[in-house]
Amino acid sequence: MAKRIDVSGLSAYYGAHKAIDDISMTVEPRSVTAFIGPSGCGKSTFLRTLNRMHEVTPGGRVEGKVLLDDENLYGSAVDPVAVRRTVGMVFQRPNPFPTMSIFDNVAAGLRLNGKFKKNELADVVEKSLKGANLWNEVKDRLNKPGSGLSGGQQQRLCIARAIAVEPDVLLMDEPCSALDPISTLAIEDLIGELKERFTIVIVTHNMQQAARVSDRTAFFNLSAVGQPGKLIEIDETERIFSNPSVQATEDYISGRFG
Amino acid sequence: MSHVAVQDARPATPAPRKGSLSARSLPRWAGAGFAVVSIALAIGIGLAFDLQSKVQWGLIAALLFILVSYAVTTAVENKRQAKDRVATSLVWVCFILAVIPLASLLWTTISRGTKVLNGYFLSHSMAGVPGFETGGGVYHALIGTLEQVGIATLISAPLGLLAAVYLVEYGKGTLAKAVTFFVDVMTGIPSIVAGLFILTLMLMFDLGPSGFMGSLALSILMLPVVVRSTEEMLKLVPNELREASLALGVPKWRTILKVVLPTAIGGITTGVMLAIARIAGETAPIMLLVFGNQLINTNPFQGAQSSLPFYIWEQYRVGSDAAYDRAWAAALVLIAFVMILNLVARGIARWKAPKTGR
Amino acid sequence: MASSIATDTPPPPAPASAQRRKQSTGRAGDKIFLGLSRGSGIFLLVVMAAIAVFLSVRAGIAISKDQGNFLTTFDWDPAGTPPVFGIAVLLFGTVVSSIIAMAIAVPIAVGIALFISHYAPRKLAAPLAYVVDLLAAVPSIVYGVWGALFLVPYLGGLNDWLDQYMGWTYVFEKTEVGVARSMFTVGILLAIMILPIVTSVSREVFLQVPRMNEEAALALGATRWEVIRLSVLPFGRSGVISASMLGLGRALGETMAVATVLSPSYVLSLHVLDPGGGTFAQNIAAKFDESNQLGRDALIASGLVLFVLTLLVNGAARMIIARRKEYSGANA
Repeated sequence: MAKRIDVSGLSAYYGAHKAIDDISMTVEPRSVTAFIGPSGCGKSTFLRTLNRMHEVTPGGRVEGKVLLDDENLYGSAVDPVAVRRTVGMVFQRPNPFPTMSIFDNVAAGLRLNGKFKKNELADVVEKSLKGANLWNEVKDRLNKPGSGLSGGQQQRLCIARAIAVEPDVLLMDEPCSALDPISTLAIEDLIGELKERFTIVIVTHNMQQAARVSDRTAFFNLSAVGQPGKLIEIDETERIFSNPSVQATEDYISGRFG
Repeated sequence: MSHVAVQDARPATPAPRKGSLSARSLPRWAGAGFAVVSIALAIGIGLAFDLQSKVQWGLIAALLFILVSYAVTTAVENKRQAKDRVATSLVWVCFILAVIPLASLLWTTISRGTKVLNGYFLSHSMAGVPGFETGGGVYHALIGTLEQVGIATLISAPLGLLAAVYLVEYGKGTLAKAVTFFVDVMTGIPSIVAGLFILTLMLMFDLGPSGFMGSLALSILMLPVVVRSTEEMLKLVPNELREASLALGVPKWRTILKVVLPTAIGGITTGVMLAIARIAGETAPIMLLVFGNQLINTNPFQGAQSSLPFYIWEQYRVGSDAAYDRAWAAALVLIAFVMILNLVARGIARWKAPKTGR
Repeated sequence: MASSIATDTPPPPAPASAQRRKQSTGRAGDKIFLGLSRGSGIFLLVVMAAIAVFLSVRAGIAISKDQGNFLTTFDWDPAGTPPVFGIAVLLFGTVVSSIIAMAIAVPIAVGIALFISHYAPRKLAAPLAYVVDLLAAVPSIVYGVWGALFLVPYLGGLNDWLDQYMGWTYVFEKTEVGVARSMFTVGILLAIMILPIVTSVSREVFLQVPRMNEEAALALGATRWEVIRLSVLPFGRSGVISASMLGLGRALGETMAVATVLSPSYVLSLHVLDPGGGTFAQNIAAKFDESNQLGRDALIASGLVLFVLTLLVNGAARMIIARRKEYSGANA
């Protein structure tokens, strides 16, 4: 199910401000690709262009192409709702629906996409919660509100919610930045398991995390504040962290700036 | 699991399935197109069945608009999109349903009010003018409104301000909680009940009707509004300002008078003006307590007076065309008065807003 | 110029004795100021208590002279011998007209609030919100005159139509011929009047929905309507309820708009399209001029019932708002 993403010549704007400039890259299926770079370099903006979430921000606008297995996400006949269903997303802060139970949170996406018999729904919810390594912790309180869980559990609930609809790609926008180290570890382990089934793209501020979880790493940078962010290079994670081809990458990774 | 969904969605169009993100979709102008078609159909139906009321035409058009949106979207796109489209249509219909009467109200008032509105109308009373004849004016009512509202403001603005200061600067414990709760409850007192309350006082002390009695009732209506808005404004004043002043050894009451109130004065003025705008249109208490008067009475403490809203009511009750014209003209004057107060108040709020505001 | 500066600004650093004197006046000033402001707060409570007590006293006088049953009598004749009056028709009319108003206004207000917060083009949204706020300021007497002279003739056709097709529901059956000075028309007019307040409170709540809740729904592949259903409406529900109750409070106590439009009678009828019926406030306005002493007390008694009614509705609305604040505060 996992799909390849081919980006070419992609720029994104907030109103008149250009946030990212002319990015082209390929994201391999069944792998984890990490985006790193200093704050404001546009890596989160770029991530949000991959499921057409950028355009819901007021003034948000995109130029260029994103091919998902040869189909352009920005093609004129493409329905953004279908794109977001195919390309799931996990956000920086856990955002379960506050008024819904744990069960309903996971089932929310499924219910949007059609009618299910009760036991089918329960099967998918169980499978998704197991896939998110949360099942054992919540199986006795599926009808309790999701907002009662801890931060790490909430984030795994959001992951369960995202994978329940069987997306082709899973985007993660700094999924651990609001979590403690133990929860972070749990999520990182989970990412390792999920890449067997999904194409995963993760934005992170934490370079160790990028080194631990990703197969390939992309480094973004901006020449000055107010300038658009650019892709500096993308390569195997090992090479980026040991022997990058661009000096700026090495400076950033070795902590000389950013 | 997904095969169930597919079976459900397949009959209409292929659901956006793996491999196909595209779906047949309606052009962007579809909504406007549906609206035009439904309005045309509704006019056709209205003419064909000879429906007299334009209200019916409008309702038929609205209903058709929603049905057409749903049917076409279901056929071309899918059920989910259709639901989305129906929601969008409904929201638009709600908006238009609300705009039409409100626009009609303003338009009617302006078009009919300008008939007799002129300098003469503004500068003469109804003295010696029989209700069913043309002529006369609102001068006496204007004076009444200005005096009654003015006195009410003099009473409730300081009281409300002090009560708000108490709630924000001193208020802790049960008293403050009780005051907060009853301010809220007081906001909901119907104006006629406020009027009846003052009426009980009049009966008890055997007082006659006067503008002042009306002012008392109006100030009961105004007080909670002033307290609530002032409270909101004082809460916006940052604590650092208070602490800086207190740390200089300035006593608390001087801190409040010289630092807190001046910082919030713009917002407080706005609140008071909005409260004035609200009470200026009150008719019921005036009817009970001020009685109305055809003549000019500039003394608010002695004898019956008139007021703009009461004048409108009076002229409406006369029921002749000339009186209706006067009622509309007075309504226009009143609306203009209230709107100008509103606009100026909001203008002040914008200019003098504390820079700390979100 | 110089003198004004001297009086307005605190004096330059003074010797120690002057400083001490200033502090002592400061303490006295504090006491006076606290006394004044606390006094204002207490005065407010006293006014509320006085309203309740005074109205109750006069109402007591009236009810003791009433030869009918104050709650169940279908008549209002305090000047007759024996004096007979009761609030049954008024209570019924007040509740029915308010229910009609709510049934029409709340869904439409929620629609407009959503229009402003989630559907309207951004450039249109702010001015629209502003206009809605301004409309809340139009005096009720103007609504009343507009309703009587403009709305009533326009509703005639609609009423006949409703009678023709919905007459079987009993409620919409029209048994009297005549202009539409009915409870239904009153309900529509009240709906138009409370629309702005319900809209602006609901809009505020909808705008407070956390962005991340909406994005959660969007990222699952929700359409705009599904985003609203999944994250906006659940979040805003209690806010809409309290907004509606604020509107209800206004509708219950509205005087002039009802008095101008309704053609009153002391008949209790569920045929909302027929002229007739009455509300508390309308009855007070209509009967006041012709009332004797007992008649006024009787009106005050009916006003007391209205007072209690609005008190309950508004108190409930405020309690819902307060609880919601605590809830969202704990979540933040």
